[in-house]
Amino acid sequence: MAPPGRFADGLRLESHKARAMRHRLRAAAAPACAVIALDQGRGDADPVVGPGDRVFVGTPIARPASGVAATIHSPVCGIVREIAQRETAAPAGSGPCIVIDSDGSDARDPRIAAPALESLGPEDLIARILEAGIVGLGGAAYPTGVKLATARERSVEHLVLNGAECEPWICCDDALMRERADDILLGTRIMMVTCGARRATIAVEDDKPEAIEALRRASSALGDDRLEVVALPALYPAGAEGPLLLAVTGLEVPHDAFPPSIGLLCQNVGTAAAVASWARSGEPCISRVVTVTGSGVGEPANLEARIGTPLAALVAECGGHRGEPRRLIAGGSMTGTALATDDVALTKAMNCILVATALDLVPRGEEMPCIRCGDCASACPAGLLPQQLLRAVTSGVTAEAGRYGLADCIECGCCDYVCPSRIPLTSRFRAARAEARALAADRQRAEAARRRFEQHQRRLAMQAEAERQAFEEARRLARGDGAGRSDP
Amino acid sequence: MSDPTVLPAIAVGAAFAAGMGAALGWAATRLRPDEDRLPEAINALLPQTQCGQCRYPGCRPYAEAIARGEADIDQCPPGGEATVHALADLLGRKAKPVDPQYGPVSQRVVAVIDEERCIGCALCLPACPVDAIIGAPRFMHTVIGSHCTGCGLCVPPCPVDCIELR
Repeated sequence: MAPPGRFADGLRLESHKARAMRHRLRAAAAPACAVIALDQGRGDADPVVGPGDRVFVGTPIARPASGVAATIHSPVCGIVREIAQRETAAPAGSGPCIVIDSDGSDARDPRIAAPALESLGPEDLIARILEAGIVGLGGAAYPTGVKLATARERSVEHLVLNGAECEPWICCDDALMRERADDILLGTRIMMVTCGARRATIAVEDDKPEAIEALRRASSALGDDRLEVVALPALYPAGAEGPLLLAVTGLEVPHDAFPPSIGLLCQNVGTAAAVASWARSGEPCISRVVTVTGSGVGEPANLEARIGTPLAALVAECGGHRGEPRRLIAGGSMTGTALATDDVALTKAMNCILVATALDLVPRGEEMPCIRCGDCASACPAGLLPQQLLRAVTSGVTAEAGRYGLADCIECGCCDYVCPSRIPLTSRFRAARAEARALAADRQRAEAARRRFEQHQRRLAMQAEAERQAFEEARRLARGDGAGRSDP
Repeated sequence: MSDPTVLPAIAVGAAFAAGMGAALGWAATRLRPDEDRLPEAINALLPQTQCGQCRYPGCRPYAEAIARGEADIDQCPPGGEATVHALADLLGRKAKPVDPQYGPVSQRVVAVIDEERCIGCALCLPACPVDAIIGAPRFMHTVIGSHCTGCGLCVPPCPVDCIELR
């Protein structure tokens, strides 16, 4: 059935997914030494274990400190070696990591048991999903429990499962949908219970006919008429939240709001599968499916790998390097971030490892001045005017950049792709967004300082007034009433 | 003045001019820009270090001076380029670099007390405009890093020079 919605602008890109899809999804070997970044994509969590501690598979090792980090569980059974700075995929290039030496036994934490789903109410389910450390596995790594709780508060009507996977090279969701359609449907139904949604739509791009077929088969076997599978045209970035919801429901998320405020919730199919795997065995989120691909990889494939597995080990498991690797990218070719080294461990946010050779990297050529052709504006799926935004960003006036919708840029890279002057717009916008965030933090700090200063001033005034009164009182006593007292 | 048709035209013109004059007069008194709000808006853009480098005794007085047109927008070194840009945007003026006579624009700093040398005299406590120093007489003092604005006002009162901006 065709989805009812409207389609935002987008690009038809070469998908590069066939090579990795030649192999079935398989489990990667557990690492002998797991390196788990405390920042799994959403800020640091606080470690709750120390060097020398014995941990099992699934033992909690870090809890959310503040913000929206999620609980992290040990992916292996063994001894914590250290908590130290290691290279990570974070923008800073390194961060604190828990290093665990595996004893190879893979013994599960005895506390892990399959949840009694029937006896759990929606709130309990949300708390347990939060506790299981399940996060958005599409790449945002936002804690699923938090998202479900917000959706429940806003009584969301319609859950949309994102199986679009529009970005070139990435095919981990495709592999999951083909092989674990039942899991995805189970996870979807659990999430529907938690947020109170009355219907769910699984949206898949039409270049994945096997996945659509598998989901439809599983869905009709289940006979649940609240579930629907729709095929979207393969148009990058159909898998971005805004364009996806627009395509599936015809509703546009306001720029200053989020999907639950218009009764929608969007979750990745990988997240649904993680919820299902927790529901079946009680196992927390300690692994994910990751695509290891690129011309620089011998046998590209999708691996179910433990969080904390070094990327070098994952590449080795896929036939090792082939040719001369030029660039290692975490994520796809459009929105991925380049890594300086493969001595980085897998995080919950990493959906793809792309080892690119010269074959994959189209030379971009020199950047030239903007000729105001407007191609970027017609390509922008967020409906922005990238050329105007670029001008505002380069002139450094953040207020103007804000008026042109800097905060609404989804960093999809479409403008870069179509720009005939080869201007790296997205990276400029990304840098400007970081700058705007820093500026906002400064403003907040200044505001706090102003409040403290005003309190300080009030306190000084009160003290001065109290002193004056005490002085008056003392003088009054000295003049008359206190005459009866004798000095020592 | 022989053509009688010109008279209504003059009358209409005069009435129009009088009407517009009255409207403008009313607007000038009733729709006056809210003068109390401007210093507030300017103050909200200043870094609130209360350091006095602008030659005014704090951020609010400087904001009022800008609003009165006495002070320029380039007198705030702690705010740097970002503050000048924000002020220029608010006031519809041209941005310019911070005037070096008011001090160098530097990275964000915080005061750090060398605890070995602190004698617990408590002289720096009242100097801090944001109450970011904890201490009591004859007890070691320390700076709450997250509250410190790096204004440097605690440096001169210290008799043993144990406070440093880093």
